[in-house]
Amino acid sequence: MFTIQKYVRAQSLEEAYELNQGKNNRIVAGMLWLRLGKGRVNTAIDLTDLGLNTIEEDDEKFSIGAMVSLRSLEQHESLNSYTNNAVCNAVKDIVGVQFRNLATIGGSIWGRFGFSDVLTVFLAMDSYVELYKGGIIPLSEFATMKKDKDIIVRIIVKKIPLKIAYRAMRAQRTDFPVLACATSIVDGKARAVVGARPARAKLIMDDKDILTSGISEESKNTFVEYVANNIPTSSNLRGSAEYRTHLLKVLTSRNLTELEEIK
Amino acid sequence: MIDITITLNGKKISDSIEPDSILLDFLRDHKCYSVKRGCETTNCGLCTVLMDGTPILSCSMLTARADGHTIQTLEGLQEEASSFVGFIADQGADQCGFCNPGFVMNTIALLKENPDPTDDEIRAFLSGNLCRCSGYEGQLRGIRNYLNSRVKE
Ligand SMILES: Cc1cc2nc3c(=O)[nH]c(=O)nc-3n(C[C@H](O)[C@H](O)[C@H](O)COP(=O)(O)OP(=O)(O)OC[C@H]3O[C@@H](n4cnc5c(N)ncnc54)[C@H](O)[C@@H]3O)c2cc1C
Ligand code: FES
Ligand code: FES
Repeated sequence: MFTIQKYVRAQSLEEAYELNQGKNNRIVAGMLWLRLGKGRVNTAIDLTDLGLNTIEEDDEKFSIGAMVSLRSLEQHESLNSYTNNAVCNAVKDIVGVQFRNLATIGGSIWGRFGFSDVLTVFLAMDSYVELYKGGIIPLSEFATMKKDKDIIVRIIVKKIPLKIAYRAMRAQRTDFPVLACATSIVDGKARAVVGARPARAKLIMDDKDILTSGISEESKNTFVEYVANNIPTSSNLRGSAEYRTHLLKVLTSRNLTELEEIK
Repeated sequence: MIDITITLNGKKISDSIEPDSILLDFLRDHKCYSVKRGCETTNCGLCTVLMDGTPILSCSMLTARADGHTIQTLEGLQEEASSFVGFIADQGADQCGFCNPGFVMNTIALLKENPDPTDDEIRAFLSGNLCRCSGYEGQLRGIRNYLNSRVKE
């Protein structure tokens, strides 16, 4: 059973950080994942009073507070206009509206879940994680780091020229994805991210410049093969490695077709 | 124990709770029996309530977090519900009816946010409300008939 000995609404990030160093003390965000664990939490540290539930925007970036809900991401007009609706497409099938009103971007990114639609779509942009002690680091670096006791304060998305498309395959709406694919061109450079492989999302850059001179039928096929050869998949109850790699090719190819159409 | 004050269905209530009290249990202890315990793993929507007007899953929310907020359950939303539940009943949509309160609560939230939803928007908004007896079509027809009846008025 999931139990909590003490509940604290932190009044500053310093207080939250200090508390988080204690044994079995945990940051509580949406609590949806945390509660499924059987753990005994000593102090539950609630970040709700810290004003981290807003998306701020200036000419250079979006700053998304760690406590922003997935539903807010889904409905944010400017973020979705910048991402050609990819953020909305990534989160809209996560369980249900009531769930997405509670689940947070901070909990989603911190968890670095293998099945994560959220990690997959943000890796396909120029995204950074602002940690309370660790400073601002690229999301791609955070995604491979070991879990520690720092606190995610914000996720930052730099507004550089971007084309992005997102597709996931689910056995049925609201289930975990069988595979999740985000494909993008960030400041002229293509990248592909594949999540729910079922391992943690993996990012690959177009280091061979396959798409640098544009997306044609030929370059599309070459890029899709390049992604499939460099991002391994494996099997679980939701699908075999072979099926996933087949899906990877189909979804990445469809994403590229969508990118071609973005003005 | 933690002292909290919640506005529940329009009435301010104060209580002392355990740090790990879950909102679903707290609400049922306060006689809001419309709030049902289903999966308790965030999947079924049976425990849906409105917090500050927004639909959430009470099975996965700490009561402590609701301190200072407004919570509404079906007990406090009879008028809003009465406008459309008859249309769902007319379709014979429910069988055991266990999913009904969560379904009605989320429909209230949907209509508040989007008073004239398309069928696809209804499906998308209610996708987190599971029903193990029906195939959802009856509920959808009921809501559609209600919306059509409003247009005629
Ligand atoms: C049934 C179910 C189905 C799901 N399906 C999907 C899906 O299809 N696709 C998908 O992408 N995701 C899915 N998720 C994951 C979900 O979207 C969230 O990512 C997850 O619930 C974590 O977010 P949370 O806000 O609930 O965090 P919590 O459960 O509160 O926290 C998760 C972990 O992160 C830590 N944490 C939280 N915030 C911070 C912070 N700011 N700094 C440091 N540490 C922090 C907590 O201490 C905890 O260890 C699913 C989850 C569940 C329970
Ligand atoms: S009981 Fe809350 S979602 Fe099922
Ligand atoms: S009518 Fe029985 S669960 Fe919906």
